[in-house]
Amino acid sequence: MDWLFIERNIPLYIEATKLTLGIGALGVVLSVMIGFLCSMVRYYRVPVLNRVVGIYIELSRNTPLLIQLFFLYYGLPKIGIKLNAFVIAVIGLTFLGASYMSEAFRGGLEAVNKIQEESGLSIGLTKPQLMRYIILPQALAIAMPSVGANVIFLLKETSVFSAIALADLMFVAKDLIGMYYKTNEALFMLVVAYLIILLPISVIFSVLERKARYAGFGN
Amino acid sequence: MLASGINILFEGQNMARLMSGLAVTIKIALIAVVLSLIFGVIFGIIMTSKNLIVKAVCRFYLEAIRIIPILVWLFLFYFGLTRAMGIHLEGEFISIVVFTMWGTAEMGDIVRGAVTSMPKHQTESGLSLGLTKMQIYRYILVPQTVRRVLPGAINLATRMVKTTSLVVIIGVVEVLKVGQQIIEGGILNTPAAPLWVYGFIFFLYFILCYPISIVAKRLEAKWQS
Repeated sequence: MDWLFIERNIPLYIEATKLTLGIGALGVVLSVMIGFLCSMVRYYRVPVLNRVVGIYIELSRNTPLLIQLFFLYYGLPKIGIKLNAFVIAVIGLTFLGASYMSEAFRGGLEAVNKIQEESGLSIGLTKPQLMRYIILPQALAIAMPSVGANVIFLLKETSVFSAIALADLMFVAKDLIGMYYKTNEALFMLVVAYLIILLPISVIFSVLERKARYAGFGN
Repeated sequence: MLASGINILFEGQNMARLMSGLAVTIKIALIAVVLSLIFGVIFGIIMTSKNLIVKAVCRFYLEAIRIIPILVWLFLFYFGLTRAMGIHLEGEFISIVVFTMWGTAEMGDIVRGAVTSMPKHQTESGLSLGLTKMQIYRYILVPQTVRRVLPGAINLATRMVKTTSLVVIIGVVEVLKVGQQIIEGGILNTPAAPLWVYGFIFFLYFILCYPISIVAKRLEAKWQS
């Protein structure tokens, strides 16, 4: 192991980590927001939109992110839609993530006992109040573990962005292997960088999960 | 001009080439899924062990596989292992090994969950009826465990099929690589080639995975109790 080489190339990895985290964070936040909207559409069975969201979820869950990215990055410019790689990456990650998040939220919403809803209505709560004070707090607590798993899943998926020429961690590692033939060092730093990103998040979510378990009611 | 781009899919041998690329994808996925099922069941049963050291080792393996992205594992094996051992291994072989490792870990966790969630009174009732240990496994435990494992296992299979798209990055010539070759060959005559070829591959993956996930969903709904 050539430690000097590692030391010299740490700045490259830091830059790449920033990029990976930037795309990851934007993608996760947008996924959660859009996923939540989609789950609401499905929960209230909004006509027409419910169908559209259903089709979107099936399409996005049954195709690989890499293919989605290639289609967006190489295919769309042919019909006049030109976006830079960073925007494509965020759109791709959100396209994939929102469907997974929506399913996670839906699982939570469906797991809330029907009695809760009926009791709320019978004490005179309006529909929005019912959602805000009764259903959502419980549903979110139930959905927490799957949301956490999805966040980690999405951050791991960012590793494919090197394929559309973004200088992320994979790209830097491949570059160093290609240029200096320092395979061990480049791969070592790659693994360390991913561990630095993912380990804390994994720990945070397992703590949150334990906390959220107290929120369960009636079971 | 845009619509005529679709012709590139049918020019010459293009469709046949795409299909043979798809066959490579399916082959890798199928071998990895079958091996994962076999090793995963064994691994899952080992994971239910009460020995602390065995438990810790299994846990470490599972978490290590889970926390590091599959693409990184592919790189580690493709570049790292071949370098360390000084031999060249085919990308296809490497990808089957990596996917099997991953599938075994995930499948093991599903099996472990199913086995440990089986209430103890099932075994005890069997014993009190005078069944032998073998009979208890054969008629009581295994059928119920299979029901709990199957939906998760099928979901895992779709995930594995989707993830095979990554092997193009370590140089395996599968459907995506063939698509790139076709685009490169035809880009001058058909500028819209990427749109159609990648769109078509997108569609191929969908018709591959969608039926499997429907089966999983049906089984889940049917056996939920």
